[in-house]
Amino acid sequence: MRPSAVRLLNILVPIKRTVDYAVKIRVNPDQKGIDLNVKHSMNPFDEIAVEEAVRLRERLKDEVKSIKVVTIGPPKSAETLRTALAMGADSGIHVEIPDSAPSPEPLGVAKALRAIIQREKEQGGVDLVIMGKQAIDDDAGQTGQMLAGLMDWPQATFASKVELDVTKNGANVTREIDGGLEELRCRLPLVVTTDLRLNEPRYASLPNIMKAKKKPIEKLTATDLQVDLTPRLETLKVTEPPKRQGGGKVANVDELIAKLKEAGIGPVSA
Amino acid sequence: MLRVRSLIARRALLRQYATAPGPHALVFLEHRAGVIDSASLSAVTAAQHLGGKATGLVIGGPDEVPNVVQQAKKLKGLNALLHSTSPEYSTPVPEIVSPLFEHLLAKDSPFTHVLSAHSSSAKSLLPRVAARLDLPAVSDVTSITHDSSDGATTFTRPIYAGNAIATVRAPASIPIKLFTIRATAFSAAATSDAAAEDSVLEPIAVTDPPTQHIKTDLTKSDRPELGAASRVVSGGRALKNAETFKATLEPLADILGAAIGASRAAVDAGYADNSLQVGQTGKVVAPELYMALGISGAIQHLAGMKDSKLIVAINKDPDAPIFQVADVGLVADLFEAVPELVEKLKQQ
Repeated sequence: MRPSAVRLLNILVPIKRTVDYAVKIRVNPDQKGIDLNVKHSMNPFDEIAVEEAVRLRERLKDEVKSIKVVTIGPPKSAETLRTALAMGADSGIHVEIPDSAPSPEPLGVAKALRAIIQREKEQGGVDLVIMGKQAIDDDAGQTGQMLAGLMDWPQATFASKVELDVTKNGANVTREIDGGLEELRCRLPLVVTTDLRLNEPRYASLPNIMKAKKKPIEKLTATDLQVDLTPRLETLKVTEPPKRQGGGKVANVDELIAKLKEAGIGPVSA
Repeated sequence: MLRVRSLIARRALLRQYATAPGPHALVFLEHRAGVIDSASLSAVTAAQHLGGKATGLVIGGPDEVPNVVQQAKKLKGLNALLHSTSPEYSTPVPEIVSPLFEHLLAKDSPFTHVLSAHSSSAKSLLPRVAARLDLPAVSDVTSITHDSSDGATTFTRPIYAGNAIATVRAPASIPIKLFTIRATAFSAAATSDAAAEDSVLEPIAVTDPPTQHIKTDLTKSDRPELGAASRVVSGGRALKNAETFKATLEPLADILGAAIGASRAAVDAGYADNSLQVGQTGKVVAPELYMALGISGAIQHLAGMKDSKLIVAINKDPDAPIFQVADVGLVADLFEAVPELVEKLKQQ
């Protein structure tokens, strides 16, 4: 029962710059990776995380003290940070890794986030981490859970509704699970990962984009945080998935049924 | 310390005869309403691909575990079974279950691999356990090969919504490989007459857990479960609203004995429940028959269904990308074509 009436929340939102979700990706002929000279944007689940943080502040007004966004990535990830700042975050941290460096693994990222949370202690600490449930490039979906594990904090994954109760130092989170929904009550500090249904992210307005240019971004390196971002799993190759051949079209329902029959598919006897 | 030494000595001895000790997998078996999830049965099969021993792990509340243990013991491919019962495990939250895994996988653990289905609960739990043990994890694995001579395991897994396949190698420097498997990539383990040895694993009490389960709301349905169904009828935005979604898809699903799925557009528009979503961010299915009705075929949707055996698409737009993957395509208004299809199937 530590909470007091004057408790103020600090929210941390980790975000990732990924290939835009609408881009049809191409595997490089050398099988080392995919062609990255394409449009990038903020990971869609992370946009939802930023939006949620901003909405929490709109709902709770003065109870949210700060919203800080953090990204770990190559120099260009700074653009992604600016987008988040334009959506309403206050400040950013960019843990810069060289363009040539391999993409860090979820465990490495989680360790870097842990180091950042520890650094934030001087500024009031972090009470709530909101992040995407998965990045749409590696599709791992691990970082939030790993961070919660490293911090020994509770976790609420695949959240579709977050109700913060600052005075009670907790949150009620509705999660999307296989077959339905589940509600949890979690104590702060907490890691939440966002599902698509949590909210609809706003577009940053032009004035806010201009304002975002003045918001502070702190630059750090993995060395500053004393973390090793070298992957422990070796990616041997990246290949194209087996191609499916479209079987062509049929003219009418009768032909469709004939094709189904050919495949041995008929009605089930009731 | 002594125990470690003797273990090393024994390993060295064994090596002189043949090979290093074989892999030993711990398979996390999930269950619902007293029945083992079919995806967990696929995980048992996946464990066989490592070429070593496999131990099942069942956790749950006191009224579920005995029943599940009876089924699990008979699974072909399991050499042993561990089960842990606690009222707290009946609606397991990772914060409460993780310590049990950490205990099992602590120093001198016999397990070299830990795997489960890529289910929502395992997706929440395994990465937490992995991080607590300072181990990386591999998600949504579609194939596995283990090399006993160098202790490395190689996995393939889809990335970029299934538009690329990554082959990753977990070297021997990762002492325990944790991973989740894509159920549709492995067949379900069969049942045998022989029963594996089972033993009780004491639950590990978590005092003052930071998370409390409040309630679970499951979408009730008489239809087959989407992830395991052999036939799926799926609807998209073209279904207009929740009423026409039901009215159009249900008769067809009924006559085909199919599960109902939906595209993200249909779910976002509120035509169908979230749990029916097929795609990168929803369920991944690979049924015998997948019927896409009024679904354009966006990348994120294809990621969830393109391994289906027979894909049938009905769409008004002849240029819809779904026709590039469909085995059978029909360009038609689905509000005419689907009722006609239902009628004609009835007459057969």
